Amino acid sequence: MSSDEERPGGGPADPDGGAPGTGTETATAPAKRSGPRAAVPGDAKRTRTGIVIDALTTANTFTVTVLAIVLALAVGAVVIALSDQAVLDSMKYFFARPGDTFAAAGHAIGTAYAALFTGSIVDPETLNEAWWGMTSWSSVLSPISETLTYAAPLIGTGLAVALAFRAGMFNIGAQGQAMMGAIGAGLVGFMVPWPPVIGVIAALLGGLVGGGLWGLLAGWLKAKFGAHEVITTIMLNYIAAPSFVTWLVTQHGVQQPGRNDPISKAVEPNAQLPHLFGSGLRANLAIILVVGAALVVSWLLRRSTLGFEFRAVGSNPNAARTAGISLNRTYLLVMLFAGVLAGLGGASIVLGNTPNAITPSVVGSIGFDGITVALLGRGRPVGTVLAGLLFGALQAGAGQMQVTSQVPIEVSTIIQSLIVIFVAAPALVRAIFRLRAQRVGALGQNLAKGWNG
Amino acid sequence: MVGPGQVMVSDVVAESVAVHGFWTRSRKSGLVYLIVGLFAAVVFGLATKAGETATFTLSTKPGGAGLDLPARAFAIGFGLVCALTGAALLAGYFRRHFGATTAVAIVSFVLSFLCWQVAGNDLPLVGLAQQTLFLAVPLILGSLAGVLGERSGVINVAIEGQLLTGAFCGALFGSIAASAWVGLVAAAIGGGLIGAILAVLAIRYLVDQVVLGVVLNVFAMGVTGYLYDRFMQPNTQAYNNPPTFPAIHIPLLADIPVIGPVLFQNTIITYLAIVLVVVVSLALTKTRWGLRTRAVGEHPTAADTLGIRVRLVRYRNVIMGGLIAGIGGAALTVGSVGQFGKDMSNGRGFIALAALIFGRWSPTGALLGALLFGFADALQSNLSSLNSVVPSQFLTMLPYIATILAVAGLVGKVRAPAADGKPYVKS
Amino acid sequence: MEPGEIHALLGENGAGKSTLMNVLYGLLTPDEGEILVDDVPQRFGSPRDAIGAGIGMVHQHFMLVPVFTVAENVMLGAEHTTGIGWLNRRKARRDVAEVSERYGLRVDPDALVEDLPVGIQQRVEIIKALVREVDLLILDEPTAVLTPQEIDDLLDVMRSLKDAGKSIVFITHKLKEVKAIADRITVIRRGQVVGAAQPDASEDELAALMVGRSVKLTVDKLPASPGDPVLDVAGLAVVDDRGQRVVDDIDLEVRHGEILGVAGVEGNGQTELIEAIMGLRPAIGGTVRLNGRAIHDTLGHQYGTTSDILARGVGYVPADRGHDGLVADFSVAENLVLDTYRRPPYGKGLSLRPTAIRESARERIDEFDVRTSSYTTAVGTLSGGNQQKVVVAREMSRPLELLIAAQPTRGVDVGSTEFIHGRIVAERDRGTGVLLVSSELDEILALADRIAVMYRGKVLAVVGPDTPRERIGLLMAGVTGESAAEETDE
Repeated sequence: MSSDEERPGGGPADPDGGAPGTGTETATAPAKRSGPRAAVPGDAKRTRTGIVIDALTTANTFTVTVLAIVLALAVGAVVIALSDQAVLDSMKYFFARPGDTFAAAGHAIGTAYAALFTGSIVDPETLNEAWWGMTSWSSVLSPISETLTYAAPLIGTGLAVALAFRAGMFNIGAQGQAMMGAIGAGLVGFMVPWPPVIGVIAALLGGLVGGGLWGLLAGWLKAKFGAHEVITTIMLNYIAAPSFVTWLVTQHGVQQPGRNDPISKAVEPNAQLPHLFGSGLRANLAIILVVGAALVVSWLLRRSTLGFEFRAVGSNPNAARTAGISLNRTYLLVMLFAGVLAGLGGASIVLGNTPNAITPSVVGSIGFDGITVALLGRGRPVGTVLAGLLFGALQAGAGQMQVTSQVPIEVSTIIQSLIVIFVAAPALVRAIFRLRAQRVGALGQNLAKGWNG
Repeated sequence: MVGPGQVMVSDVVAESVAVHGFWTRSRKSGLVYLIVGLFAAVVFGLATKAGETATFTLSTKPGGAGLDLPARAFAIGFGLVCALTGAALLAGYFRRHFGATTAVAIVSFVLSFLCWQVAGNDLPLVGLAQQTLFLAVPLILGSLAGVLGERSGVINVAIEGQLLTGAFCGALFGSIAASAWVGLVAAAIGGGLIGAILAVLAIRYLVDQVVLGVVLNVFAMGVTGYLYDRFMQPNTQAYNNPPTFPAIHIPLLADIPVIGPVLFQNTIITYLAIVLVVVVSLALTKTRWGLRTRAVGEHPTAADTLGIRVRLVRYRNVIMGGLIAGIGGAALTVGSVGQFGKDMSNGRGFIALAALIFGRWSPTGALLGALLFGFADALQSNLSSLNSVVPSQFLTMLPYIATILAVAGLVGKVRAPAADGKPYVKS
Repeated sequence: MEPGEIHALLGENGAGKSTLMNVLYGLLTPDEGEILVDDVPQRFGSPRDAIGAGIGMVHQHFMLVPVFTVAENVMLGAEHTTGIGWLNRRKARRDVAEVSERYGLRVDPDALVEDLPVGIQQRVEIIKALVREVDLLILDEPTAVLTPQEIDDLLDVMRSLKDAGKSIVFITHKLKEVKAIADRITVIRRGQVVGAAQPDASEDELAALMVGRSVKLTVDKLPASPGDPVLDVAGLAVVDDRGQRVVDDIDLEVRHGEILGVAGVEGNGQTELIEAIMGLRPAIGGTVRLNGRAIHDTLGHQYGTTSDILARGVGYVPADRGHDGLVADFSVAENLVLDTYRRPPYGKGLSLRPTAIRESARERIDEFDVRTSSYTTAVGTLSGGNQQKVVVAREMSRPLELLIAAQPTRGVDVGSTEFIHGRIVAERDRGTGVLLVSSELDEILALADRIAVMYRGKVLAVVGPDTPRERIGLLMAGVTGESAAEETDE
């Protein structure tokens, strides 16, 4: 009853967020699909470049995303400059020598963003040294390895949020699901002296089950009682951590012997994820696993009957129900799968990163970051992977930035949240860059159903 | 002029009074209370050693005057009271006083639990009550912020960010100006700023409000964390050392035993919180502003056709909410310890959201919810000092579990304002 | 407009009547042109301006806050306050009482609006306008949701308003009401005034003006040759979302190879009846059988889900395609398999078969003449008629035992209507039982082999297709008359 007012006559609520038809969905899908749509049909005289330029200057999904990132980095630069001591000092005589201020600001921003780059992609100096044999090639790979290490869990939780988005649900519970995944994986990982290979598989399964059950609980509450998933998943987050996990890891048999702080025993080496580029670099199997998961989710959404149901329920639950699709089954399955994906993200941290133990803060804020990842990825699996890599790079680079130019690590959090705000408000980006209007699907807009929906 | 048509219409309405069958909501809840009450009577009763007394100290001094209760009898007794209220609901009594009955059931369950826990020990009741109120203040203000926004149709999940920003601004500007009052005002403005961003993006740019709230929390965390590392941490003395508000003893009232120390020896922020609850509560039901706010939250198009500026009402309410949540943030710094710490709101914004929903979007309900959750928090720290067998972590879960039960419809009916979360676009 | 005049604005659905009035009321701003009130040009930026100029409006969808009382709804936006700023509820109550006294609009000021029946809610809307002392009252399709008795009451109210010197703009597409009450008639078509008429003009003249050309609704069909019953509904009772018993002890039978039309004013339980048959809504009493096998039994059990019921050979065209029939941002192809995606050849195990879906979509689009640029087009971008064809194509392109079609041609252009009617008759001739629910009596008369009339959750009578219009009209109004013996006739 509540959502019908929003959709008179069944107009296209969201041209980009919707179904890709039976067509293809690739990494460049937004740009590809928006291109032809930007061109006026029947206007045959337009040149190919004309169409391309048109597509870029019209506020389509791709353009908005790129501009959002640019804008956020620009705001981040201002923040860095304004908090730099040299800049602040030179501002005291700004009107006498304004050049000093700009020079100082330029320097501050330059070093910071250079560090962001060298910390996440590649450091040219190290590359040069490696070329001349002065250092090992593995140190060249180090930034990339860090980026992948940060990105993997984000992609896991990002997929958990994205999948639920597509089914019309807002899973704020990836945080708690990831925590339960970490707990499941950790418990399985240290309770049993596992043989190689089997240990990793068992521990991963433990993580998937832990996260999946936590997600399923929210799905069950929605299916059975109509409890809004946003509220229940927020609450379930805080039940999982810090409450439950703190209790758990201080129990005898779980707590690491000789420790008084809340930390569990370490996972058996045989249950830990193998490293990808040798033991010197942190990157591990997790990134392969989450990319694999993204492919599975992509197949699920595009090519499976279940995914068809999920998307139908997400776009118009009434029509889906009328066509014989069970809403309750969809709620249960979607939240189960979402929990499993978030659980994978949480498990990948405990099984992949030292100290390989459960602590109340082991998953950091990957659940909440996962929401931003899914939003930037526009609820699409491949988009989510790319967004996860971007935010992983931001977080890896921010560490380097803190070391070289003392810019606090939180700058990545600021940039990350700004990117998502801009992506979620395409009209704002359009206004700033004076782009021509096109109906851009701001993800989440067809989710705006309120607590009662 | 009542034609036959009208008579028939009203007949139909009268005839078809809800065909819900036997298991109405109040019966279902009654069954839950009955089971839980019996559980309390049996388990808490048996777990309590016979002959032990539970002492509830009423004085502020340890070992002062107090109530000595035979623990086992009272644990069983209160459990039975809870079970009885459940049975009454199940039998179809008290349906009209469902809220009060629920309150009795919950309170007696808690008391039964306490008798067991405190057996052979003593629990300072006054201290507990003081702590409850103290811990509840940010929750009260936070959920009040939610009430203002959501009653006019804008979901506020950014309470956490508003509390955090308020706490930060309070500490920073309080330190710079060396004045707790400046800190308080700055905190309100800080919270209001997040409220303003929320308002503009939600109302003007139609961003999904839940998405927006979540992201604004991340944003507030980032900005305050960044500035903390950059300025506060290196120079605590200058930037993170605000004066704090003293407790104000209200003459005469503060000297009343038991009640005095709990209610009338608090900081200005606590008094402000209580006053604001009363003001907002009255204003919502009795003033033009309140009527219009509720209309906009329930049926914005109807309000628009009567010449009410829907967006303006929403802007005003969301920003006012931000100011109030900012004051709630100040309670964490200039209202208590003074210093700001990274991410110090620590989920309180979400508990405030829980209190708001648990309190069914009404100011007094939110107040009760906040007090309940504050009590759970206070109890938790008291019980861990009693070496309770119940892990304190399970008590910290209570607010969240209570909220889940509330939205699942197990504890009464929860209905949000009809247009909550829906941006208003003129068609 | 003159003072004390009732001016009818006549036009088909979508002719632009409501838009015009929304402009007049300040909800929309005009692109060009001007509005004169008392010879003074006005520009209404908001409803506030319109109210200030003495214009009030009763919207087609009521603008009432359901959780407010009548008095609160009436005072909203024009609140009087006491000295200290409290709302003056007493005055609001008095205002309501006074207006309802003066114009005979009886209503309890302290009742919650959501508890009131539709007719009374409409009174609240009128009171709302009158309290604001408007001179001109716009009534937008006020009779669409009313029973005939309530309509008569409304017309009485309008007369007493006219006597009090108020002017009324009466928007409608129902000719009889116009003739009964209007002083002057303006006909609108496609956003343009196409003519003016006096109330003594004949209905045919008015209809011709309104529609532009005379449309006669006939469908070529042979007499039905009904077979065994396919759908058997006995003693069915269903409650709506608010717990009201809106389907009350209904008996119906649809046989193979016949069209059973269900006539009735909307909101008399038709939707809930269908939803119960489709397993979308639980039954609280009675049985439903499909080919002799139960869907609902007397114990209140439901056998099978909606999906199972569809799989048993039921096709369902829901009344509101945007709400229940289509997923607007799914492609045409996807919408064409919305309830068959799981079955071969479209789905196999867990995976979809895109090639089969594409092939079938091409065929359906051709066969049902769906005007779309391609099968990947989002269905929400199509016109109403083509959207409806997609629904019809989906539901009629598999072997059916029973077809349930609710308002199958609502908001559909004339060409598509003819096409859809033809398909329904063809389906009948193939031996399918058809349950046709429509609030358009013409459609029922043109298609149905037997007609069941629903009123307040009951079937008052089942009559043959040759029954005079007037008799069915009376039945729709709840008047059974003395000829109860005819009820079981065909």
